[in-house]
Amino acid sequence: MKTLPRTDVVIIGGGWTGLLMAKELGARTHLSVVVLERGAPREPHGYFTDMDELDYAIRLRMMQDSSLETVTLRHHPKQRALPIRQFASFLPGTGTGGAGEHWQGWSPRFPPDFFELRTRTLEKYGTQRLPEDCDIRDWGVTYDELEPCYARAENLMGVSGKAGNLKGKISPGGDPFEGPRSTEYPTPPMKMPHLAEMFRDAAQSLGLHPFPIPAATISTAYTNPDGVHRLGCVYCGFCERFGCMIGSKSQPTNTLLPVIAKQKSVSIRARSSVRRILHDQIGNQGHARGVVYVDSAGQEMFQPADLVILASWTLNNTRLLLLSEIGQPYDPLTRKGTLGRNLTHQVSFGAATVFFDTPLNRFMGAGSSGLMLSDFDADNFDHEKLGFLRGGKFLVVASGARPIASFGVVPSSVKARWGSEWKKAALRHYDQTGGVVFSGEHLAYTSNFMDLDPTYKDHFGDPLLRFTLNWQDNERRMAEFAGARGLEMGRAMGAVETSPFAGLQNYDSTRYQSTHIQGGTIMGASPEHSVLNPWLQHWGVPNLFVLGASSFPQNPSGNPTLTILAQTYRTADTIVERYLKRPGPMAE
Amino acid sequence: MRRRQFLVLSAASIGGVLVYSFDRQAFRLPAEDRSVRIPLRFFTQDEAMIVAAASSRIFPSDESGPGAREAGVVVYIDRQLAGPYGRDRYRYTTGPFDEGVPEQGYQGETNPRQTYRDSLKNLAGFERLSPAEQDEALAKVEDTYFFRLLRAHTIEGMFCDPIHGGNAGMIGWQLIGYPGPRMSNLKDVDQHFGEAFRPKPASLQDIFGKDTKLSISEDEK
Repeated sequence: MKTLPRTDVVIIGGGWTGLLMAKELGARTHLSVVVLERGAPREPHGYFTDMDELDYAIRLRMMQDSSLETVTLRHHPKQRALPIRQFASFLPGTGTGGAGEHWQGWSPRFPPDFFELRTRTLEKYGTQRLPEDCDIRDWGVTYDELEPCYARAENLMGVSGKAGNLKGKISPGGDPFEGPRSTEYPTPPMKMPHLAEMFRDAAQSLGLHPFPIPAATISTAYTNPDGVHRLGCVYCGFCERFGCMIGSKSQPTNTLLPVIAKQKSVSIRARSSVRRILHDQIGNQGHARGVVYVDSAGQEMFQPADLVILASWTLNNTRLLLLSEIGQPYDPLTRKGTLGRNLTHQVSFGAATVFFDTPLNRFMGAGSSGLMLSDFDADNFDHEKLGFLRGGKFLVVASGARPIASFGVVPSSVKARWGSEWKKAALRHYDQTGGVVFSGEHLAYTSNFMDLDPTYKDHFGDPLLRFTLNWQDNERRMAEFAGARGLEMGRAMGAVETSPFAGLQNYDSTRYQSTHIQGGTIMGASPEHSVLNPWLQHWGVPNLFVLGASSFPQNPSGNPTLTILAQTYRTADTIVERYLKRPGPMAE
Repeated sequence: MRRRQFLVLSAASIGGVLVYSFDRQAFRLPAEDRSVRIPLRFFTQDEAMIVAAASSRIFPSDESGPGAREAGVVVYIDRQLAGPYGRDRYRYTTGPFDEGVPEQGYQGETNPRQTYRDSLKNLAGFERLSPAEQDEALAKVEDTYFFRLLRAHTIEGMFCDPIHGGNAGMIGWQLIGYPGPRMSNLKDVDQHFGEAFRPKPASLQDIFGKDTKLSISEDEK
């Protein structure tokens, strides 16, 4: 193993959080920063000719290569965990920019009560309404504390939208349930295709409050506070699973790389796979010494560093700490240990498929040109007679239907799945079909967790991460409720036929839900229940910070990117303003 | 190396004007021509004939329009199987292999190439059956992993960009009114409500020109 010259900071992962931290440290300090990205390098604008559904959306060209490393899954400890041999229910990215390159761009904030979920839920419902084994937690940071960073994250990406709550004043057209915002969105809402307008009318007729999806696929040209200029969206419909052809979808490569490219103190090494964080003990505290990685030539390197930022994708954060033996792995029997607990996956599905008798021109759209509503989210509605807690957002989005994935959806009255009858029905309904999507919270449970698999290994010979994960009655009942609401909304849109959601049974690794897998290195106010303190600093190793959605104690209904950017800003502030002046624990 | 195999298709067997994808060119075969020979990358000629016939029962050429035969679906599948996808280049194929529950996903050791090769043996002579007999034979296997692949690949071959060998002459896109990867819908996205807006289809090569190098997955090592 070759030992490299020391760097002040090493950042593991070149996605949204790692590159944002690198940019902030590059702009605000003189520290030398090395970013290690295990995937291929990417340029700011590398997607111009890539609008190929087959290679990108079906063969998943931008995603982490399952053949090298995956995860194993079991529903409960008595089942044999088997590898998810092809990622499908979530799609990790790889390469510079990570999953931030192929994301869809929905950028809502989380509701204020979500950050204090345990306290607020117990206050209102007491312990008897909490599901069995429920392990929801407070984050140790409040919405109000995070709000200025939310605004900075929105300005970074130029998020398009309409405020619903500006400094406490509710304004029509936005989300009346959102927390108070200090600023309006930096760019106006996106254009609304026909399907979205149909949903707006339908939702309003039901007394609901639809609002434009806050979109990182921006509606108009925008220059952010770093001076990075991006174009407005042209609604080509190649967003999720693609890089943006013209850079209107905010991605690490088009939003952060142009700034980092001018920072001499920051360097990015692609094709560099970190296998371990080396650490020892100084006094009664752990100390990270640096990282061991394998470079593009297959050579093992030791990169010593004073400060280690773990900013890989959410699951890889947990796995690297387990492999590095940093912290105490969670034990589901004793419920002791914090590393690997609170594994959650957002409860997302098509609540209703709706068939119309009018063409929709579905090929036009953008990942986030549509509407969502929060009337059934969080604790915004009466749960008195319902068998579950919390809820989720409903959405209708015209994301640009691509034919391979979209063809073949037929009403349940058509039984055939191939042949003339099916073909005829599929052709007839092709451009007349829409969907009402539900995206719901997933509570944390003591029975859903991650550890290292005893059998299956990655291409280096390291154990894969193992999921023990299943749905509970709270999610199943929530899904049933959401399915019924989705059908009502679909009918109000004028659907001539509707197909309901089949319902949640066991966690299914083959059905795409969202890439919002979370937990494993959760944050909190006490080291007894969390891996990270409220500044995302490791409780036991003060010169190690961990960024990303692995810090979320439970899974929100909203998409995580905006919040992890806000949290990264907050951690960057703490490092620059406090930690560097006096290295040590930022919380007791 | 095996002897080079060709898919030989006769115009008379279908009648009228056919459009096949031939070295990524739309290839028009007038009815008066007797046959066309398409070089195969993976299938044997016998296998290709079965796949052509079977995909054509999944997505038939009938009164609702052309189908898998005209789109060249078999050519598409042949190229996919010959490429990295066919040999499971991107799937986790480390053992042990064990049977799981359906929610754990496909756990088989067999890659798509082998799945086709094994299953097509059981369908020998399929292309010579009557359409009704073919449907009956497919109905018997419609719950198998092989059929799931064949059905998915047929849809892919109908609607992929023609650069991949299927959707010859953009016939699949014309069937559903899909214009291909349109560079901008800015002026139209919030217009045309309630009416069918159908711009003329264009493929990646139409847009970027035949000289632009487009890297496609089936040509990867």
